[in-house]
Amino acid sequence: MKQVATDSRKKRPGRAPAPVEAPGGGAPAIVIRAAERRDVVQVTALDAQVTGLPKPEHWMELYRRQRSVGGAPAGIFLVASPATDPERVLGFIIGEIRAWEFGSDPCGWVYALSVRPEARERGVGEALLKAIAEAFRRAGMGKMRTMVARDAILPMQFFRGEGLMAGPYIQLEKDL
Amino acid sequence: MKLQVASQLAIFSILELVAEPNRQITVADIGAKYGISTNHLAKVMNVLGRAGLVRSVRGAGGGFQFSGNARRTTLLDIIELFEPRGLRGPETGELGRHTAEAAALGVVLREIDDTVRATLGSITIATLRDLATRQRAKAVLAT
Repeated sequence: MKQVATDSRKKRPGRAPAPVEAPGGGAPAIVIRAAERRDVVQVTALDAQVTGLPKPEHWMELYRRQRSVGGAPAGIFLVASPATDPERVLGFIIGEIRAWEFGSDPCGWVYALSVRPEARERGVGEALLKAIAEAFRRAGMGKMRTMVARDAILPMQFFRGEGLMAGPYIQLEKDL
Repeated sequence: MKLQVASQLAIFSILELVAEPNRQITVADIGAKYGISTNHLAKVMNVLGRAGLVRSVRGAGGGFQFSGNARRTTLLDIIELFEPRGLRGPETGELGRHTAEAAALGVVLREIDDTVRATLGSITIATLRDLATRQRAKAVLAT
């Protein structure tokens, strides 16, 4: 799902959202918070568990991007933790605001979202997506986008279930 | 693309059953809303029953209930029950078979098929129900 930022005029999303409690019946309460440096190890391990490919430098770079621009984050990097164990990362979401790519008005892009397999079906992904949507909304965005592989049925069903529909763009590519 | 009437009826029927999970709904209830004969609907419910998506409750106050998982059952799951050749867009058929031109056109048509299948395979009954709720709210706001 990763996208490459190509425009330096993007708006800043402002401060990371305050921790919010995830909704969800009898499930343990979840706290959504801005990622800390110490979380990157767990994020890397979670991604490696899901994709089979460890990418520590990639995730650290995304963490630095969040922290890099004079205190104002260039990206949004949130993690979900159990309220009872705030050091433990159950899942994470990363996005940023981009403007005028492909002629698009400024909008929020979600380009990574992952939840520990054992923590799925408990509203963690939903809470992360709601939190980043709120961050985009606070930054003045009226639209949130992502990209999903056509054959990635579960992620596709998740985003559809959260109300995302096909957008006005079609991704094109060519073998080189 | 256009869905067969039976596919559309099956989707509408399941949405009705999901909307009222604690009530048995009759084919007459559904038929009245969508303006379709109970005979036609009964055949559709029969297919859905064999697929394990609905169950019938006999006797007074009897009717149908949804017995699948609304968060897992997709539109593609339902449509494929009624369109046995599978969901297919336009085809080149036999015309120009074995020519590069027909193969090229086939590449384009397969792209369309893949997109249609990915869309229908990613929308669950729960998602469609939520979408219908939003459409209803939009319609109310517009009046």
